Amino acid sequence: MKLSSKIISEHGLKKDEYNKIVSLIGRDPNLLELGIFSAMWNEHCSYKSSKKHLKNLPTKNKKVIQGPGENAGVIDIDDNDAIIFKIESHNHPSFIEPYQGAATGVGGILRDVFTMGARPIACLNSIHFGDQNHPKTKNLLNGVVSGIGGYGNCIGIPTVGGEVKFNSSYNENILVNAMAVGLAKKNKIFYSKAEGLNKSVIYVGSKTGRDGIHGASMASAEFDENAEDKKPTVQVGDPFTEKLLLEACLELMKDDSIISIQDMGAAGLTSSSIEMASKGNLGIEINLNKIPCREEKMTPYEMMLSESQERMLIILNPEKEENAKKIFKKWNLDFSIIGKTTNTKNIVLKFNNEEVANLPLKSLSSEAPLYDRKWKSNPLPKKIKISEKVKSYKILESFKKILKSPNNSNKNWVCHQYDQTVMGDTVQGSGGDSAVVRIHGSNKGVAITIDSSTDYCLSHPITGGKQIVSEAWRNLISVGASPIAITNCLNFGNPEKENIMGQFVECVDGISQASKYLDFPVVSGNVSFYNETNNKAISPTPTIGGVGLIKNLDNMITKNFKHENSIILVIGKTLGHLHQSEFFREVVNDHSGPPPEVNLFNEKNNGFVVQKIISKKLTNAVHDVSSGGILLALFEMCVDGEIGINIEIPNNNIVTHQYLFGEDQSRYIIEISEKNKNEVYNILKENSVYYETIGKTIKENIIVKNEFNININELKKINTEWFASYC
Amino acid sequence: MKSSVIVFPGSNCDRDIAVALDKFNIKNQMVWHDETDLPKSDLVVLPGGFSFGDYLRTGCIASKSKIIKSVIDHASKGGLLLGICNGFQILIETSLLPGALLRNKKLKFISKNVYLKVTNSNNIFCLGYKKKDIIKFPIAHNEGNYFAKNDIIKNLEDKNLIAFKYCDNKGVINIHSNPNGSSNNIAGILNKNKNVLGLMPHPERAIDPLLSSIDGSIMFKSLIQ
Amino acid sequence: MKISAIVTLKDDVLDPQGKVVNQTLKNMGYTNITNVRQGKYFEIELNESNEEKAKKTAHEICKKLLINTVIEDYKIYLK
Repeated sequence: MKLSSKIISEHGLKKDEYNKIVSLIGRDPNLLELGIFSAMWNEHCSYKSSKKHLKNLPTKNKKVIQGPGENAGVIDIDDNDAIIFKIESHNHPSFIEPYQGAATGVGGILRDVFTMGARPIACLNSIHFGDQNHPKTKNLLNGVVSGIGGYGNCIGIPTVGGEVKFNSSYNENILVNAMAVGLAKKNKIFYSKAEGLNKSVIYVGSKTGRDGIHGASMASAEFDENAEDKKPTVQVGDPFTEKLLLEACLELMKDDSIISIQDMGAAGLTSSSIEMASKGNLGIEINLNKIPCREEKMTPYEMMLSESQERMLIILNPEKEENAKKIFKKWNLDFSIIGKTTNTKNIVLKFNNEEVANLPLKSLSSEAPLYDRKWKSNPLPKKIKISEKVKSYKILESFKKILKSPNNSNKNWVCHQYDQTVMGDTVQGSGGDSAVVRIHGSNKGVAITIDSSTDYCLSHPITGGKQIVSEAWRNLISVGASPIAITNCLNFGNPEKENIMGQFVECVDGISQASKYLDFPVVSGNVSFYNETNNKAISPTPTIGGVGLIKNLDNMITKNFKHENSIILVIGKTLGHLHQSEFFREVVNDHSGPPPEVNLFNEKNNGFVVQKIISKKLTNAVHDVSSGGILLALFEMCVDGEIGINIEIPNNNIVTHQYLFGEDQSRYIIEISEKNKNEVYNILKENSVYYETIGKTIKENIIVKNEFNININELKKINTEWFASYC
Repeated sequence: MKSSVIVFPGSNCDRDIAVALDKFNIKNQMVWHDETDLPKSDLVVLPGGFSFGDYLRTGCIASKSKIIKSVIDHASKGGLLLGICNGFQILIETSLLPGALLRNKKLKFISKNVYLKVTNSNNIFCLGYKKKDIIKFPIAHNEGNYFAKNDIIKNLEDKNLIAFKYCDNKGVINIHSNPNGSSNNIAGILNKNKNVLGLMPHPERAIDPLLSSIDGSIMFKSLIQ
Repeated sequence: MKISAIVTLKDDVLDPQGKVVNQTLKNMGYTNITNVRQGKYFEIELNESNEEKAKKTAHEICKKLLINTVIEDYKIYLK
């Protein structure tokens, strides 16, 4: 029976895509089969618009064990330890139902990590909301933060870092990107590739309900005014059940029971069964009568497309089935043999003894459409000479305005809602350049950072892409880590529009360039397209999650100044780039011009030299300079302790505002003692690294010569005002 | 000294407390909630977390577990019983300690370091705090707001059964130093015989100088003396 | 047999959630709503045809599990 064009388009499939389906399978699909194609061929699962360009990303280095293509990426951190990590978006559901959207985003990314055999040890997130005055923002902010905390705290994994950004481009399309990091043994990593014929395929976890049906399709569609009507398509999470599932899986993973394992995330049972079987070049047969359901009279369509949470698909060694059953019973989870692997290379679904679907796996995976979408390049905007008007802004007043702004306000209101210290290994939590989590039972740690730079990417996507990878790299170096690899979450508008596709292609190009140069490959991630409402797209927002290793935590460093009378050194040259800076945005209200240039040679060189200085224990505090410029970076180094600064702007050809607020890249601020200064200067000179001494640390006040002298506490108060009064 | 840590589905600070006990050479065993018998123990710990997902009321379902009878017997015979965070909530639900733990006043989960005044150091858990009675522990909870009827609070105060109160860094106990709205800034209480202690803050998260204060170490050292 | 149990906070117990609901309603324009207190509702199905026995069981389970006797009261209704 032929399906109507209305039904086909409601499934998010274009006419030519439908015709391709018919030609691939030699007939019209039935409704269930159409639903399966709709889930597997949408952007979220197939990457049809992005695959061509993602191929250019570097994905390997000496430490990479598994790159993109699995549930998460895996890197080697010595001593038979591996770190498994990934970032993923949950944007569309979070706009519809912020608490559950954010919560299930956390749940989903955690499953991606523990399905590979890792005990999750840290969560981070990058969340973006609309303008503070937009009527929906406050509610969304409250809901998302509660949801992230509600899920992460209950499952008992510390949420150790993140960023919260506000920008009017997200007014109708918020972003919730959740990152999870887990620890596994190198020789005990589990993959999703099905192996062996006639092996039982087992469903474990929560029962299947009707929630989230067509969630994956929603993620691949723009919103219109009727976004609220999409509420039933949002999944509902239960972190307690996920905790049980986590413990049960890790218990099962202690021996060699598992042949392959895959979590049921976007497109639920459909995507997990198809991916498992196609990776293993096998077929799969499922008896839908065996699916544990929590609602009555569920149809095959509903069962296959449900996005009920906290479920996994496992292929077990047959002799281990009884033992596995016991484990899941102990943890009070469903355990059902729902099918088997076959050699047909098809997915065959049976219900009430009838065959209800039969599709070749490759039509759903490798033969899914792959588009080479048209795209428009984004030229570098022209730099404009700093006007006299800029010089008229008072430095202290401008700085206060930046400190008061939502994007730069102290985020304690947010991070105090997240349990940061559960599991007893959080060495540095929110507020530092990177989070640092100790590897349990050892003296080494992983450093983790999450960053994005929306305005830079909007202004010039290639530079923005380069910058955000470089910033992640700097953030890891600043805590004493050696950067290893990244995960990326690429959030963009509608790729069918040439300008949006151009933003995507060029951001990926920038990311690729920086990753290659810095030996900082991409091991996992996801793409979120169609972040648009009524034709208004978000600004391009690639989010980068970076991971590095601190071999010995004795060498870890923090950013707060430690002693009075230390020398303050700025490493890297300040050219005074103000376009796209916090100063221009928050104070001058000027959004013109290019982002700061990214010189990868300087980035690498300066970074390695800072690493050397840290490893020789020649510095007491390190902080990288990024958004907000030197003055904000200095404030951040004073804010935790009672130590202030007394600085003088070096003699140069730039205006004071340019020196204090310029956002030139590749720069760090370090604190050194009198006795170490010569050795530090020698190292910098030997490596041709530009540096300036700008002053000394003092008690309590922040003094900028000829500009202002103010007590830190007064600035701290201004910096904590916004969140306290807004929420 | 021998200890048992009870593990419920949803407990998530069990490993943390086991690490702390091990650090101070207390011989520990993990005991699953479904067991009926406790191994021979001097100290039993109910750890933090979200036992049974906090369903119905926090700590409620856990307080009806099979193992609880043995835990109550152990306490009634004078054995030491320590309930941390969710463990404190479970002790309240078993009625081994009086009162109730309600939602934090501002209705938000709070995770941060707080100062505590040790208001009763005449018990085995707190002996070591005689020399230092203003300490710093992390809290991480959604339902830490201690509530009881006036006569119960009066009894706790008069009989000196309040072990910890929230204070500021100078030891001042007032509304500003109260993170969750607890009556009288109560953070931890003892039973009549002072062998059962329930507290919301996490001593097991304050034993490692790399991570935080080490004021929790004092409690574990007191136990092994 | 079906029995409903309505669980309410005792009068002297602070109810911050009820307060927030009250304030939100005021902000929505319902200025004549003066107070809201939040409770719980349980629907219990029993294999018991004798009304008295069913009520007795319901009372028992309310006191033993469903309510926190320190801060909550309850009422049961036969359906």
